[in-house]
Formats: sequence, C-alpha cells, structure tokens
Amino acid sequence: MFGRLTWAAIPFDQPVVMIAAGTVGFVIFCVLALVTVKGWWPYLWREWITSVDHKRIGVMYIFLALLMLVRGFSDAMLMRSQLAMAAGHAHGYLPPEHYDQIFSAHGTIMIFFVAMPFVVGLMNFVLPLQLGVRDVAFPVLNSVSFWLTAAGVLLVNVSLVVGEFARTGWLAYPPLSEIAYSPGVGVDYYLWSLQISGLGTLLSGINLLTTILKLRAPGMGYRQMPIFCWTALASNLLIVASFPILTATFAMLLLDRYGGFHFFTNDLGGNPMMYVNLIWCWGHPEVYILILPAFGVFSEVVATFSGKPLFGRRSMIMATMVICVLSFLVWLHHFFTMGAGADVNAFFGVMTMIIAVPTGVKIFNWLFTLYGGRIRFTVPVLWTIGFMVTFVIGGMTGVLMAIPPADFVLHNSLFLIAHFHNVAIGGVVFGVMAGISYWFPKAFGYTLNERLGKAVFWCWFFGFYLAFMPLYVLGLMGATRRMQHYSNTHWQPLMLVALAGAILILLGIALTGVQLAVSIRQRERNRDVTGDPWNGRTLEWSTPSPPPAWNFSFLPQVDRADAFWAIKQQRGTAQDRNVKRSYQTIQVPRNNPTGFFLAFFAVLLGFSLIWRIWWGAGLGLLGAIAICLIQAWRTDGEVEVPGEKIAAFERLHGPKESLA
Amino acid sequence: MHAPELCLRGIAISSAAMLMASCQEGVLDPHGPVGKAERVILYDSTAIMLAVIIPVIVLTLLFAWWFRARNTQARYRPDWEYSGRIEMIIWSIPALVILFLGGIAWTGSHDLDPPAPLAESTAPLDIEVVSLDWRWLFIYPHERIASLNRLVVPAGVPLRFRLTSTTVMNSFFVPQLGSQIYAMPNMVTRLNLQADQPGTFEGLSAQFSGDGFSDMRFDLVSTNADAFKDWVNTTKTKGGALDVGTIEELMKPAKADGVQTYGEVSESLFDRILSGHLAAVSPQRGQ
Repeated sequence: MFGRLTWAAIPFDQPVVMIAAGTVGFVIFCVLALVTVKGWWPYLWREWITSVDHKRIGVMYIFLALLMLVRGFSDAMLMRSQLAMAAGHAHGYLPPEHYDQIFSAHGTIMIFFVAMPFVVGLMNFVLPLQLGVRDVAFPVLNSVSFWLTAAGVLLVNVSLVVGEFARTGWLAYPPLSEIAYSPGVGVDYYLWSLQISGLGTLLSGINLLTTILKLRAPGMGYRQMPIFCWTALASNLLIVASFPILTATFAMLLLDRYGGFHFFTNDLGGNPMMYVNLIWCWGHPEVYILILPAFGVFSEVVATFSGKPLFGRRSMIMATMVICVLSFLVWLHHFFTMGAGADVNAFFGVMTMIIAVPTGVKIFNWLFTLYGGRIRFTVPVLWTIGFMVTFVIGGMTGVLMAIPPADFVLHNSLFLIAHFHNVAIGGVVFGVMAGISYWFPKAFGYTLNERLGKAVFWCWFFGFYLAFMPLYVLGLMGATRRMQHYSNTHWQPLMLVALAGAILILLGIALTGVQLAVSIRQRERNRDVTGDPWNGRTLEWSTPSPPPAWNFSFLPQVDRADAFWAIKQQRGTAQDRNVKRSYQTIQVPRNNPTGFFLAFFAVLLGFSLIWRIWWGAGLGLLGAIAICLIQAWRTDGEVEVPGEKIAAFERLHGPKESLA
Repeated sequence: MHAPELCLRGIAISSAAMLMASCQEGVLDPHGPVGKAERVILYDSTAIMLAVIIPVIVLTLLFAWWFRARNTQARYRPDWEYSGRIEMIIWSIPALVILFLGGIAWTGSHDLDPPAPLAESTAPLDIEVVSLDWRWLFIYPHERIASLNRLVVPAGVPLRFRLTSTTVMNSFFVPQLGSQIYAMPNMVTRLNLQADQPGTFEGLSAQFSGDGFSDMRFDLVSTNADAFKDWVNTTKTKGGALDVGTIEELMKPAKADGVQTYGEVSESLFDRILSGHLAAVSPQRGQ
C-alpha cells in the first residue's frame, strides 16, 4: 500500500534529527495557528498564494530563499562544529552516515534553494519594473515556476524526517549514486526534488527571457536596456540552454535507478564519466546563471550611489555576453584529474582563464564608475565594495585552479571549497544582499534600517574571511573535502578559526532577522513617499513604492539607458514626471491558483515516486495533468482596472503636481 | 571605522601565520619532482596575479574613500562614462595576464601530464593501484607482491602507476609528491610520480566515496634502494596469497583497518579486475 514507506523511515533513534524536526514542526504549527486565529488565510490566499503579480512572486522567492538559507546554514554549522572537534582520534558527534547527508544537503540546498530563488526572485521583481512594463510575459506560468520550486523545497525538507537524504555529495556522481551503492531513498529525494524545481527554473527562464526579448517600454531597444536586464538576459539564456541538460542527466540516472538501465552503471556498458561530463555541462553555466545577475546588481548600485552613469557600459554588456557564451566551453575543468590528456586539459584550462578577461574588465568598469563619483556609503554600497575586494581574491584562486597542473594538487581540496565559497558568498550572496537592501523600499514602501544593515554586512564580511581563509591554507596542507574526521591535529586550530567565522556569519544572519523586525516597526519613520529613495537612474524608481499592480499608470517613453535619470534631468525634479493625461483602463492578470495546485500534485507525485507508492504517483500525475487542462480552458485570465481607480491611486500615491 | 581597521590588521597577521604553517606540510612542501614543479607553478601564477589583484584592491578602497560624498575636494564628474584610452587599458591588462598564465597552463599541462613518463635515467617501478570500499590495494606486478593500505617505494626511482577501482570513484593523492588522479571502475588511469628522499608521506582519497571515505588514508613509505629490496624479499616470504578469492573478500565494503601484505599475486590480476571478469578467468589459487 505504501511502497517502501514504513514507520522505520522516521529516525526516532536519532535525537539530533528528532529535536531539529520537532522544533521546526513546532514553529510551523505556531505560524499556522497564528494565521488561522488571526483569520489571515483569505488575505494570504488572495494576495500571495494565488497572486500572479511578478512583484509578489519575486518577494515570495526571496522569502523562500531566506528560509532555506537558515536551513542550509544550520547544515554548515553542523559541519564546521563537527570538523572543529574530529581531530586526531576523535570522531566528533556526527557519524559518517549522518555527516554525509549533511554536506550533500548543504550543497544542494544552498545552490538550488537559496542562491537560485534569490537570483530568480530579484529578476522577477526587478525586470518588468526596469523594462517599464506591467508584468512578465506569462504571469500564470511565473506562479507555476515559483510553486514548483517550493515543491522541491518541501520534498528536500521532508527527507529530514521521513527517510534520509542523499549521501553522495551535491552532484551525486555515479556509480556512488546508483542503486548498487545507494539503495536507500536519499538519492531519490535528491533527484525528484531537483527534477521538480528544475522544471520550475526552466519555465521561469523561458518566461523572463521572453519578457526581456519581447516586452520593453516604448523606445527601449537593447542599447537602452538597463544593465541588470542585460545580465538577466544572459542568465536566462543560460538557464534555457543548460537546465534541459540537467533534467536529461537526472532522467537517465532515474532510469538507471528505477528501470534497471545502465547509462552510468559500472556494468553492461554504463559509463559513470558520461554523467560527470553532462552534469558539468549544466553545472558550469549554472555558476554564471547565479553570478551574472549579481554583477547586474552591483552595476546598478555602484552607478546609483556614485551619482553617475556606469563607466564603459558597452564594455560591460560585451563582457556579460562573452561570459555567457564562454561558460559553455569550460566544463571539463571540473575533472582535469580524470586523465583526459594534456591537450584536452590545456584547452579547457586556457578557455577557463579567458573568462577571467571579461570578468576583470567588469571589475575595472566598477572601479572607474566609483572614480569621479559622489559616493554615498549606504548598505548596498558596502556590499558592493566588499564584493570588489573579496571577489578578486576568489577570481585569482579560480584562475589558479584553471591551470591543470595546479589543479592536480588542489582538486577536491579545502582550497577548492574556499575558492567557490569565495565567489559564491563574495559574489552571489553579497550581490543578493545588496539587491535586497537596494530594492526593499521599492517592494515595501520603506527603507531597511541602515545601522543594522551595516552590522549585517560587517558580520558577513569578516565572517567570510575568518571562515574561508583557513580553508585555503588547509587545502594547501593537504586537507580534502567531505572528510568526516582527520588524523592530523595540526589542522585543528585552523578548523576552530573557521568555526569562529561561521559563528560570525550566523550572527549576521540573525541580525538580518532583527533588521527586518526593526525596520517593520520603524516603517512610518522610514517611509519612502517619493518612490525614489536613492535618487535612482532606472525606471523602477519612477513608480510609487510599492508600485501598483499595474506598475505604470502610463507606459514610460524611453530614449536612453538611464531613462529615469534623463526624465529627472529634463523635468528638473523627481516629483514631476506625469503630464496631465487621461487614465486609460488597464488589464492586469487575474489571480490564479494553478501554480499552487500543480505544486500540490507535484509533491504528491514526487513523494510517491521516492517511496515507490505507485497509486500515489498515478494520482499525482493525473492531478497535475488535470490542473494543466483546466488552466488551458480558462478564458477569464485578466481583470480590468478602470481609469478612475488608477486616477484615484495616482492622486494618493503619485507625484504631487502642486510641487511642480 | 576603527574596529574594521583593527580587524583587518589582525587578519593580515593571522593570515601570514597561517601561510607559514602551510609551508611545513602538504603541497607546499613537496618531496618529488612532480610536486616541486607544481609548486613552482602555484607560486609563479599567484605572483603574476597578485601584481594585478593587489593594485585593484587598493584602488577600489582608495577611490571609494576619496570620492565619498562628504569629501568636498574630490571632483564630481556626473556625466563621465567613457574613455577609449581607459577601455583599451582595462581590456589589455587582464588579457596580458591571461596570455602569460595561458602559456603556463599550456606548457604545464604537457610537461606534467600524469601519464607522461618522468625524465629520469632510472627505469621506473610499476605499481598498480586498486581502490576498494574503503581501502587501497597496491600491486607490484613485476615483483608479484601486493600491499594493502601501505605503499612502499624506493626513493629516487620513478613510479609508474596504473589505477582502477573495483567500486565507486576515488582519487589517488599523495599531496607531498604532487599530482592526483582518479581511480575509476572499468577504466584505467595513469600517473607518474617520484619521491626524492626516504620518508613517510600521507596518501588519501580525494574523491568522496561513501561512509568509509575519511579513513581511506595510507602511508607512502619511501626507502632507499636496499631497504626496498629487503622489504620485497620479506614480503615474498611471509605474505599470504592475493588471488581471486582474496580479492573478492577485499571487495566487500569495510573500513580501512591496518596494513596487510601479500607474497604472491595471481597473474594479470589488475587487468582482470579492470575487465570486471574476475572470477570467470582464473578459479585457481595463485600459480
């Protein structure tokens, strides 16, 4: 009846897991109880769960990412404390079969369910506003993408309590991930949650790509497009090109595991190296999917707060697109040590290094944007300068490992771990944090508390150096990744320093929570009434904060890159930006529960497949198809907002014409 | 801004201390020609890159500080967004650096290609490496002996490895000798290393392979030529036999525990492991 699922799947004998699960369960229960008692369900259903507004969806993506950051970071704390203890004859407090799940979950969650939703969320929120349009190309599909991501998140977290997670590392290399070596449900949790969320990401990529290519404000050609939109264009091109590879690769591994196929097995002609090739054909572009939008954020922030246009805009765009193309030509550098031969290794090493050229150009572009500026040291600027200082170090160690003979001694070492955290934290996390503090007032109508924001930055900044500089050194000393204990007691002091760094970052994450709470309390004091709190340059700042459902009461006319800056220059004041025109009726997409229901059936399908509950899988699949069919026959996709309502909104929130 | 400055100074001092510590062991303390050549590459390329990275970091902090909004002396250029000369320079600098490093990468890949024989006059010693769950088996095909979890080699003699795995992927790595290489099922990889002096160097698997992975460590013991001969002879006389039966026993998952030697090894055992047809070929024990 329930396939492999029995009571034995719940680890009652593991106190760490049970206490963690109990706490999480209790918190979830309290939140649900609060929502029920306060009667917030109708509001949540109407304004968030069924919303197809790109701004709401963007906010939900980022909320989801913040939640998962806490989950992924708890894994990091477990690992750091385990390694701080497990030196010499000590084996720490986490046995290998548990520790292996933790590092696998940490990597999977941080990449797929923290970094991706952060970046996709930012793009979702910002793109239509910067492009001067009213929503993304396919609003309902957007909601579907989000909810599929949430479905993946749910499945990954269920594995904490019901069954186990993969013990294979975050990319699940076969043959270790094959049924012969991982017979449990861990790898199935990994595969199905990523298949479901990966579909969401692909759909989101198609959606945002179409939005950029097809929907732009009148007059906005590619040359007038804000730089964040350019980086988002590159990022979404990469999503559309690379996520199908991931899906196909996982599909083959699933066939191996479920159908007795031999794509990657040791016997009957299977070839595990083919998986390694394919997964990195996705995996390397993925790195740029994450970092390019972060580069876009830094470009916007550095220009805005320096009070001048981005230096070398054309160079920046060219560099972005060059990285976009080259990112598909470097995947082999992830396995120089598999014996591909000198010519192949040398080719991919040199290709990898060439990416450093456009990236270096970008750094110089930001540098010369600062030059001659009038820099306001707000929180986003701190993140940006922290990024510029930190990222070049990560870039340097990256280029170092692109030299095959150097990689022969650094591959899979803690040096590598330090390198990719250097670019992932120093690049993606710093970028996302800059983006959040930059666009938060646009989303919610008030700015975040600056003091606490700066405290968060300094915690992350120094926490990063404390946590990862020791790992560079440990890697050089011969420490490898994924070890659960080590005999060399010389390593322990450095492991302790790394733990201290992790605690500092933990403080930063906790302070983010405090910052949010304090900012909500002080919202009246920090209210953004102008819609343009930073003296911005791009179109999102020309709308009220938060923008109405239709974003722009009149579609803006664009004739140059920093469109809003140009408007402000012409009119003299940020306040006066509307001529008297009569308000037209605007159509906005109607709320739609398709995404939520689809995610429900996706979870049912995924969970049933993981536990081999075939009737459940059938039900999930049929339900999902039914939901899609119902959506296909819907004709009432839009509601009309009458001109009077828009006029009333503009009177209340729009520019005060008396000031002009 | 005093606290951050103090922290920065603390970080500078402690990182210097950490770097000094790292020179005492691991890949920055090589004991063979491969590791030494790789250390040169590490140092050279880091130096080349630091020549650009350090000025960039300094300029970033300097520009950010000088052009702060409150500094009335700094000239505000609100419309300055392009300079062909600067564009030229900022594309050239990284391009030149990469030209240099690309050269290092290209020649380095060829000179230090793991299968390429070392330029030594001495004839190399052949060693066959088999990764098991979760132990290392070292077969000396010409000596017809084998050793589990301990690799004894003569100092100053090139070592020619062939590697495979009976199970999942592992990576054979002795940090103080240099290059690592994967050991993969049904595939053979090749690696050439050498230990210059006698000594004991830690070896490990650098590719995660399951629950027993952390203990998949071994000692590489480098001895002088006579001691090595003695060791081979002793092993021949007292070690047990390594045949198909023993191998099948060894292939069962077990954590690394202690060292074992074998005085007799079935012929072409490695190739049979590689082909995956272990039992079918030779049902007989030894010779």
